[in-house]
Amino acid sequence: MIDRSSEVASKHVGVKRSKGFWKRVMSLTRKEFRQLLRDKSNLAVGIVLPMVLILIFGYGLSLDVTDAPIAVVLEDPSPIAAEVVSGLELSTYLSPVVVSSMHDGRRLMLARRVDGILRIPNDFSRRLAAGDAQVQLLVHGTEASRAIIIRAYVNGAIRQWTQRTADREGVVGKPKAGSVTLVERMWFNSANNSTWYIVPGVIVLIMTLVGAFLTSMVMAREWERGTLEALFVSPVRPTEILLAKIIPYFLVGMVGLGMCLLAARLLFQVPMFGSFLILLACSMIYMLVALGLGLVISSVMKNQFLASQVALLTSFMPALMLSGFLFDLRNVPTAIYMIGQLLPATYFMELIRTLFLAGNVWPLIFKNTAILVGYAILLLGLARFVTRKKLD
Amino acid sequence: MLDFLRRVISLWRKELLAILKDPANRVILVVPSLVESFLFGYAATYDLNNVPYALLDQSRGATSAELVARLDGTGVFRRVATLETPGEIAKIIDSGKALMVIHIGPRFEHRLTGGDQAAVQLILDGRNSNTAGTAISYVATVIEDFNAALRSGSGPPLTVESRAWYNPNLETRWFLLPGLIASLSMIQTLMLAALSVARERENGTFDQLLVTPFSPTEILIGKAVPITLIGLMQSTIVLLVAVLWFQIPLAGSLLTLYAGLILFIIASVGLGLAISAVSINMQQAMLYTFMLVMPLILLSGLTTPVRNMPQFLQTASLVNPLRFAIDLLQRVYLEGATLRMVSYDLVPLLIMSVITLPLAGWLFRHRL
Repeated sequence: MIDRSSEVASKHVGVKRSKGFWKRVMSLTRKEFRQLLRDKSNLAVGIVLPMVLILIFGYGLSLDVTDAPIAVVLEDPSPIAAEVVSGLELSTYLSPVVVSSMHDGRRLMLARRVDGILRIPNDFSRRLAAGDAQVQLLVHGTEASRAIIIRAYVNGAIRQWTQRTADREGVVGKPKAGSVTLVERMWFNSANNSTWYIVPGVIVLIMTLVGAFLTSMVMAREWERGTLEALFVSPVRPTEILLAKIIPYFLVGMVGLGMCLLAARLLFQVPMFGSFLILLACSMIYMLVALGLGLVISSVMKNQFLASQVALLTSFMPALMLSGFLFDLRNVPTAIYMIGQLLPATYFMELIRTLFLAGNVWPLIFKNTAILVGYAILLLGLARFVTRKKLD
Repeated sequence: MLDFLRRVISLWRKELLAILKDPANRVILVVPSLVESFLFGYAATYDLNNVPYALLDQSRGATSAELVARLDGTGVFRRVATLETPGEIAKIIDSGKALMVIHIGPRFEHRLTGGDQAAVQLILDGRNSNTAGTAISYVATVIEDFNAALRSGSGPPLTVESRAWYNPNLETRWFLLPGLIASLSMIQTLMLAALSVARERENGTFDQLLVTPFSPTEILIGKAVPITLIGLMQSTIVLLVAVLWFQIPLAGSLLTLYAGLILFIIASVGLGLAISAVSINMQQAMLYTFMLVMPLILLSGLTTPVRNMPQFLQTASLVNPLRFAIDLLQRVYLEGATLRMVSYDLVPLLIMSVITLPLAGWLFRHRL
């Protein structure tokens, strides 16, 4: 009898506790929402900034080189040299400008009006007949990536010209030889358009921003002003406080995500080959990871300036530079590669690009989702661990 | 005049103390610039030096083997798998194990010896189209060389001798680090400046400051100079990493470099103080700063060239101090430009400092 009644009693208490739990979480969440809506600067970061960022990234950040101006110094007046120049004009990537002397070319280059100088020396046609002609290419190397692309284009244009001429005339005294042609097919991005890989990446950046940066500041503010300590004397438990912080910012992040997805599809016409639902689910998991990171940072730092700086430096900047967003991690030194592999953003980046451009590649989806879930549990658990009802 | 100096100097001391007395602050002002200049210096590369590829060679002849040997010889391409059937291509590309698959068809050898054109198919993972595009150009170069050798048995009849000005090995790092000298310090100077007045306002000490004998100009100078000094220190850290660790030769003069830097940092401090003056509390100041920092960095040419942007964004970037600072630093650092040659950058920076600082001062007075 006694056993049964205590069992009933404990059951009753259990129900009551969980009821109180939701009531407290709901009322705290309502308070957080009000606070969020009251200060317009929060909403600006959560909603206006994502919009601005995606527009800037989508329109502003392009690594594609088209119509790069090249000064051509034609020292050889022969028709064959002029033919080389017209070979360059065929390329959509280059726009050659013929100048009269090396001096003029240098002047244009110093003023940054051209990206390179192609010099066709006066002995060009004579040496071409002998089979060892040389042209000189000077590129402006400050923007290294641009210079590399331009160098490749010029090389390609000249090689193609050589091959065309050779095919036409044949090499004297030799049997006709076969040649290898390159047929390339770029999967997932047949247009070779950098917007297609930048825009999905922006989603990662924006979710990191809202999750880690915004949340860390909001929480640090409560620590700094002592309002969290005031909450500690109330019946709410740390888990409830955390949940009430997570819910509104999670929703802000989802609004940001929704806008990014719309912009990606409608504005930039990035195709989406994978499942939309999986993308949504993965983004939610990543949002939790970012929120967890923000909460941990703020609970450890307890100061708005420090928390915002640490959030910026440990989440946003690495997501920009080390996650494979712009710079391919395959090409960096091993130590940097390892650091990149530690970042949750790296996995979400791979996942979201695959889902957008390649489709449902299950092994990749499982691997990366599992890692993200692991990070979410780890970081949220850590946040719960460092947010204790304890005064300093 | 002497009084003015005495007051301003005491304010500087107080401001520097307020910033530097907290050990966590001292760490956050030094360590990030140091760590990030290392990290980004290593991470920022558009060059390819490790392209994992899979080979599907159905011809299995001596010529195809030679072509592949040439690819392997570049040191850039690393074979991670050898495929047997075209059906395996999708799996290895989808999973990201290989960036590209080189597919040599069964009739390759036959067509070549018959004097025909033999195709080599290259299938690439375009999820990072930039990397894929660079890989295509590398493979194309190898194949063109191979063709030339097939044709004449010796070198090609026409060669391009290329040389790069200012950055002989065309390393992205050389391009990025001078830009980081300005960008990394801007993030924190803007934030410090934005917080300085907002914090005093939140704590109520700003009102106290206003009733002291300090004139608003003195308060402004007192706030601006210490933060400028901190910004300069951070820039110096990045500069030292670039020169001493990455050994990027400094072509221009330090004097020109610092002249530009000082103007730039003053302009950012002015901007930060102006934000500070319009924000109600620290959180707002910080969020507004952040909203400003992101576009400023992205539209500055730090990671992607300004010239690749559409016209309206290029026009918008004309009010971005970082755009001019990065251009100036790259020109002075890499190209050895003189003060006169970078006047294009100096004048806008000067104008911005002249506008933002008095604006901040005016806002101090008109918003209590």
